[in-house]
Amino acid sequence: MAKLHVSTTINGEPMEFLCEHSDTMLDALRGPLGLTGSKEGCASGDCGACSITIDDRLICSCLMLAAEAEGHEIRTIEGMAHGEKLHPLQQKFLEMAALQCGICTSGMLVASDALLRKNPRPSEEEVRFWLAGNLCRCTGYDKIVRAVLETAAEMQEQGLKEFCQ
Amino acid sequence: MTELRYLAPSSLDEAIGAFAAAGSAARILAGGTDLLVQMRSGVLKPGLIVDIKKIAEMTAIEETADGGFHIGAAASGMALAEHARFGKVWPGVLEAVNLIGSKQVQGRASAGGNLCNGSPAGDSVPAMVAAGAIVTVQGPNGRRQMKVEDVPAGPGRTNLLPGEILVSFTLPPRPKGSSDAYLRMIPRTEMDIAVVGVGVSLTLKDGVCTAARIGLGAVAPTVLLVEAAANALIGSKLDDAALNAAAAACSAACRPIDDKRGTITYRTKVAGVLLKRTTAIAAKRAQEN
Amino acid sequence: MNVVTNNKWIGQRTIRPDGVDKVTGRAAFAADTNMPGMIWGKVLRSPHPHARIKSIDTSKAEALPGVKAVVTARDIVDFPVDKSVMLGIQDMRWMCRNVMAREKALFPGHPIAAVAATSEAIAAKACELIEVDYEVLPWAIEIDDAIKPDAPILHESLKFEGKPSNIAGRLEVKKGDVAEGFKQAEVVVERTFTTRPVHQGYIEPHACLVSVAADNKTTIWSSSQGQFMVRAMTAYLTGFPQSDIRAIPAEIGGGFGGKTIVYLEPLATLLAKKSGRPVKMVMTREEVMRATGPTSGSKSTVKIGAKKDGTIVAAQGTFYLQAGALPGSPIRGAVGCSFSPYDIPHVLSVGFDVLSNRSKVAAYRAPGAPIGAYAVECVLDELAEALKMDPLELRLKNAAKQGTKAAHGPVFPRIGYIETLEAAKAHPHYTAPLGKLQGRGVASGFWFNAGGESSAQVNITEDGNVVVTTGHPDIGGSRAAIANICAELLGIDYRRVSVLIGDTATVGFSNLTGGSRVLFASAMVVTQSTDKIIATLKERAAKIWEIDPEAVKWENGAAHPASPNAGEFPPLTLAELAAKAPAMGGPIGAGVQLNTEGAEGGFGTHICDVEVDTELGIVRVIRYTAVQDVGRAVHPSYVEGQMQGGVAQGIGWALNEEYIYRKDGKVDNPGFLDYRMPVCSDLPMLDTVMVEVPNPKHPQGVKGVGEVPLVPVMAAVANAVHNALGKRFYALPMSPPKVLEELEG
Repeated sequence: MAKLHVSTTINGEPMEFLCEHSDTMLDALRGPLGLTGSKEGCASGDCGACSITIDDRLICSCLMLAAEAEGHEIRTIEGMAHGEKLHPLQQKFLEMAALQCGICTSGMLVASDALLRKNPRPSEEEVRFWLAGNLCRCTGYDKIVRAVLETAAEMQEQGLKEFCQ
Repeated sequence: MTELRYLAPSSLDEAIGAFAAAGSAARILAGGTDLLVQMRSGVLKPGLIVDIKKIAEMTAIEETADGGFHIGAAASGMALAEHARFGKVWPGVLEAVNLIGSKQVQGRASAGGNLCNGSPAGDSVPAMVAAGAIVTVQGPNGRRQMKVEDVPAGPGRTNLLPGEILVSFTLPPRPKGSSDAYLRMIPRTEMDIAVVGVGVSLTLKDGVCTAARIGLGAVAPTVLLVEAAANALIGSKLDDAALNAAAAACSAACRPIDDKRGTITYRTKVAGVLLKRTTAIAAKRAQEN
Repeated sequence: MNVVTNNKWIGQRTIRPDGVDKVTGRAAFAADTNMPGMIWGKVLRSPHPHARIKSIDTSKAEALPGVKAVVTARDIVDFPVDKSVMLGIQDMRWMCRNVMAREKALFPGHPIAAVAATSEAIAAKACELIEVDYEVLPWAIEIDDAIKPDAPILHESLKFEGKPSNIAGRLEVKKGDVAEGFKQAEVVVERTFTTRPVHQGYIEPHACLVSVAADNKTTIWSSSQGQFMVRAMTAYLTGFPQSDIRAIPAEIGGGFGGKTIVYLEPLATLLAKKSGRPVKMVMTREEVMRATGPTSGSKSTVKIGAKKDGTIVAAQGTFYLQAGALPGSPIRGAVGCSFSPYDIPHVLSVGFDVLSNRSKVAAYRAPGAPIGAYAVECVLDELAEALKMDPLELRLKNAAKQGTKAAHGPVFPRIGYIETLEAAKAHPHYTAPLGKLQGRGVASGFWFNAGGESSAQVNITEDGNVVVTTGHPDIGGSRAAIANICAELLGIDYRRVSVLIGDTATVGFSNLTGGSRVLFASAMVVTQSTDKIIATLKERAAKIWEIDPEAVKWENGAAHPASPNAGEFPPLTLAELAAKAPAMGGPIGAGVQLNTEGAEGGFGTHICDVEVDTELGIVRVIRYTAVQDVGRAVHPSYVEGQMQGGVAQGIGWALNEEYIYRKDGKVDNPGFLDYRMPVCSDLPMLDTVMVEVPNPKHPQGVKGVGEVPLVPVMAAVANAVHNALGKRFYALPMSPPKVLEELEG
């Protein structure tokens, strides 16, 4: 079977790539697209380390075929900062030590960003249930949850609109 | 897996043509949250994947003039949650669909996929059974309708005919005083497969239960419609005696297995406990409608 | 109880040096690197729990287009079973049989052969074409099955009490005369406990990329808890000299002890050598769960006797731990740590290393200690109940302190165990009201901690900034702590200090990241290196000022005259001295290599509240406070992070994590769906109290902090469940079906 040619948008840039029909979006990101920020922890949708958004909807890229990206808009961890300016969640994760080994961090940030876009002031319980699909084995989640709550509060106070669109 | 072919037709006829022609080697791709896992683990090696999400009818969510709903088989749980009215009319179905996996999975997983995957533990199925949903299927010989509880044939198997594709669910209009609820037992708070799942849909009039349907999951080879439990509730004021009788009927209906997720004893007991808890939630919601 | 100091950076919550890379997705973990011409390796694994390998025919696999190399045990250096060859705590005769089955396949998932091909799909297909003739043998997985008289024997050459046995070793720790001690006891509690095997659960699967040049010069890129361990083990198993191997540590996506041995690196090296192509190997999650080291399942019997006033007079423990298919369960941790928090005159603690047909265990956070503490701390809870004493009071009455001789040998110096008990007792959590079906439990724990070999190089750049290179993979924020220490010593902003992890060619030998040793040991070598640099800087300032070096002091990042007597000179900053370096004797830098000593044990005391759904058997942890003597919290956030992470792992171990086996001996839950680690919504905030009793033998007072926090957790949860329900559970995990069965039972 000849490879598929896929035209898509990744982090705002038009992109084209070739993939096997059976390749997942995670395979394509980590392979031909060279975007290794999305991690493979399980390849079964249970750990969330490969979280991306497609048309602003949070998904696991291991559970999507690369072919399905045709004509859609994909966002990954690599598109989260604006140039040199870190997203407030990224900055807060650093300040509040919401990461240890860092392997889950990309997925945590992408998922947290998706939450705040939908629900700018979530409760602790809402954060915890939203992030239930993102496994972290290092932190016990405490500092991650606090960082998300703190970012939400700060973003609302400061009206950081550039990261809300 | 290199022999696999991916197709994303934009019409149902085209999809059915390709799907039927490829025979047993073909698989339908809706959310893909079961299919891709099965492919990755080597359980499934399909020759053709038909992605149905480019077919408008498959992802549509429509409230009908009479107050019922048509839900495209591939509509994701998140899309249902974002619908302005659906969750108000069918909160139990919505909560069931949105217990399938993580938020990431809910962004993809559909009620149609959950049903066609054929797992007795699929969360949306007991709620759909309780809701009295009718499914529309279409194949090379045209369209037909089935009761949702008639779709599963056993673990991993359905009663769809070769070449047939599940198109949509139809949920009936709700009389005043009606609501539904779904609860499942899992060891953690999220991310597990149901050990037992219970969907309850009921109608209350002056505090008396005038109609009820109960779907019970993960306790038998297929999701069960437990009429004996519903009959125990109908005509009662959902008093303890009625709830105990319904719980006993649920436990009696169980034909579970011992596996890594639960034991026969545990599942049988929990089915009754969950019936009571789910009924209480549905009743509270019904009183507010 | 934070120690008041004048420190500017030690104790500050600085931004970690590797942080920006990790929040932007740039950090390169093991599977994130590729090389030109790279091909893919895959492992064929045994489907049987126990089978003699009669023959392996790889010819069909080798003939498949795209296949570039195949290796089997024949390609791996053989270490005969009758002669021990130790590398650290690992015996190479077992390691060579763990990376590739030799005479027998010993567990489902045991590697049989490895293939390298131009794509992963071809490599997988080639594995299917390898023909293995197995003679399937009877097998045993559970401890009781493995030690019964007619059990199938895994290794005929291993004998216990003169007979072939699955008991591969026995370890005893003894103090006083335990029989005599129990005669003095007025209350005795004896109970037997079981725990299931649990996995470390790192989110990053094992992965490596290896290139071997025609002259055997080898580069290994992999994530591990020790690049020097990777180099040495790969050298042993391939026969390459260590000098030909350069092991580069990738960022490590969690280890918790599980990445202290190699699985893939020797196979990839041999495949790369045979094929002449760089070879990448990445495990699937299923391979990680089936074939890499969890920790032991266990069966422990603990007996403790006390006087009516609560004085413990004797304690005895017998700990059977599953080793998996090859010897080496962590009996030392179970036997040695369990009674160490207490000053007990008569102790007998015995451990047995039990072989069985499951994957060989690897270290897991305070290996063995949580298993022992679970039994001991639950018995203490029962003892407190029998004595009608508050459980913290019972522990306080018997707490080890300075001068106590621990059963495992050492006499404790100044330690902080009592402080953790007092802080727990004083914490509002301990007296907060509880609701219906809620309960509270406490437990303590001890871990040895470790020192050992470390190397560091500290260099001053030409513009007066600092680059520190150490040899330990950073698993939990050690680079951040090292930056704080170096900046503190030099009196400069921590952002001027870059901390890097060197590879085996660029930094001196450094032992594993493990045993909670990294900051203890690397702080020592970094401190000594930095002190040498400061001495050089003072000498150079003295030369410029034409005064005695003794008359120069180093403060706030600059040389100053030590006193007015020394003369009046404007300070010379680090940047100024660096700029003058070429004319003043050359580059400024210093390296130190040490076998560090003086690591002192760590203690923690935990308080746990649970709520039980008695109709469904579900236990939820609703509040948790971990108190720990952390020595000195050089970077408090990452100390708290270690404590919180350990607690979360312990809660998983207590409630839902376990290996479940099918009737055919295979693991039935080899993935994150049914191996149920805690998810975010399962846990409350995890409160921490850092008690700082500095280690007198360390320049910054550092004690290891990473392992202690897992030790008390399962007992704290179990004791809380008892407090909620009035029922005791003697088996983990306390999963819903088991809890309900017990409640109904």
